[in-house]
Amino acid sequence: MLELKGVNAGYGAARILRDVSFHAEAGEIVCLLGRNGAGKTTTMQAIMGLLPLSEGSVVLDGEDISRLPAHEVPKRGIGYIPQGRRLFSELTVAENIEIGLLTRGSSKQTREAVLELFPRLRERLAQRAETLSGGEQQMLATARALCLEPKVLLLDEPTEGLQPSMIELIRNVVVQKKKDGVAIVLVEQRVDAVIEIADRVVFIENGRIQDTVDAKVLADDHTLLTRYVGV
Amino acid sequence: MDFGPYLLLASLEGAVMAAVLALTAVGLSIVFGVMRVVNVAHGEFFMLGAVFAWWVASWAVGHPAIGFVLALVLAPILVGLIASAADMIVLKRVEYDPERTIVATIGLLYIIQQVTLMTFGPEARPVQPPFNQRLALPWFEFGENGFEIIWPWGLGTTSYKLFVIAAAIAILLAVWALMSRTKLGLYMRATQLDRQMAQAFGINVERVYVSVFGFGAGLAALGAVLIVPIQQAHYLMGGDPLLLSFIVVIIGGLGSLSGTVVAAVLIGMSDGVISMFFSPTLAKILSTLLVAFILIFRPQGLFGKRAA
Ligand SMILES: Nc1ncnc2c1ncn2[C@@H]1O[C@H](COP(=O)(O)OP(=O)(O)OP(=O)(O)O)[C@@H](O)[C@H]1O
Ligand SMILES: [Mg+2]
Repeated sequence: MLELKGVNAGYGAARILRDVSFHAEAGEIVCLLGRNGAGKTTTMQAIMGLLPLSEGSVVLDGEDISRLPAHEVPKRGIGYIPQGRRLFSELTVAENIEIGLLTRGSSKQTREAVLELFPRLRERLAQRAETLSGGEQQMLATARALCLEPKVLLLDEPTEGLQPSMIELIRNVVVQKKKDGVAIVLVEQRVDAVIEIADRVVFIENGRIQDTVDAKVLADDHTLLTRYVGV
Repeated sequence: MDFGPYLLLASLEGAVMAAVLALTAVGLSIVFGVMRVVNVAHGEFFMLGAVFAWWVASWAVGHPAIGFVLALVLAPILVGLIASAADMIVLKRVEYDPERTIVATIGLLYIIQQVTLMTFGPEARPVQPPFNQRLALPWFEFGENGFEIIWPWGLGTTSYKLFVIAAAIAILLAVWALMSRTKLGLYMRATQLDRQMAQAFGINVERVYVSVFGFGAGLAALGAVLIVPIQQAHYLMGGDPLLLSFIVVIIGGLGSLSGTVVAAVLIGMSDGVISMFFSPTLAKILSTLLVAFILIFRPQGLFGKRAA
């Protein structure tokens, strides 16, 4: 479904990603693990076309999307839940959702389905996004991405700063989307939070992919985790 | 004339000025808010609006109103198109870098000014107002017979000046509706808040920029078409609106549209009143002084939000 082939990218002259390659298939959860500053967020931005690639390509369903203008990438069906939520802060909940719906011309039913998942948002449609609580903001960031009816979902540390019940809610949504056949790339710091739901784990260090392993293997063998993320 | 009627007259002059200033400054404010571009050429787009208005009106035949209405429609569109072209040819090439866009728009300022001088010439040229009845205004006094309505000699305005005020209010309401009720407005606000996320949700930011730059210039041109029957078109007329728009945008708070409108009314009215009672120079000195104080004590402007 989604495949990165030898991606090199960075900010200005600073090269951050070096030959990053991995793939995520439909109905699969791929987890990107690595220390702070390893290049996880940069990888997400490279997939979204927000950074120019100096080499390599990002292929979605056989189409090279890395040469598209950035605003065309989400229209191919990639929903992005960025680190730190990055909602349109002064817009209302309804307007944030509207922007998600407009991305691919999604229907009213999609809006209903998404609000069904997060009833708390429905009660706060007229509220400005910046006045939501942290948990509600994460719901809105997730809802905004789901409004695209994505084929691929990118989540960058979605559980950062959330209480356990909220983490549970986000995780349920991710598992549901996996069942629906969405390809999921998940960045997480908390290894225990992902190990049970991930299919494969990709370790990244200093902008390079160090290893790709089956999640099952990882559950029994902790040496890799100790080596790459120090837990 | 007594003080009261005189003040009423000065306030009316001020209101006309405030109306045109509000349009011009809102244009500057939208461009800065969405694109983070300080458009030094904004006053020249104002001037172009007036020059095109003269041009269109001088081609039109029949009643002056025909020429004026044509100018009101065509001049802002032409100016908007020129500005959009400038965005694509110049601003996009310097990647909207804050410093380089200032230099680029200074260059634009001189190009527009000199080309206008070479083609339109150095004369000031009038446009006829579509209608211009003199209206006497009433005043009141408490004389021997108690409360009385009087019509002081010399206290009056023209129907056209009242029209300018009403038109500006209508246009500002339309701008507000565009920003808050339409898809383009939603895209503009989203781009203003987070350009990258706007792109990550399918918003063609480059196209938003082209529209915003054209739209901002078009608003300045619209203000100019409204004022040109009172003021005449001249190739150097862009200086004052630029300075005043900057003053207004800083006082109102960068990027805050409602703040811009309130500040335009404040500055326009006080400019009108002070100019009439004292001198136009004093009015400029005072408003520039106000900007200095705002920058020192409330840099985010009266209505702006403190940068996070
Ligand atoms: N806008 C930027 N300009 C320059 N360098 C940047 C920029 N953003 C990130 N970097 C650098 O790129 C490297 C990778 O950053 P990135 O945000 O991808 O890390 P990360 O793996 O997501 O870390 P974290 O777990 O802390 O979120 C870091 O060294 C960072 O300093
Ligand atoms: Mg990160």
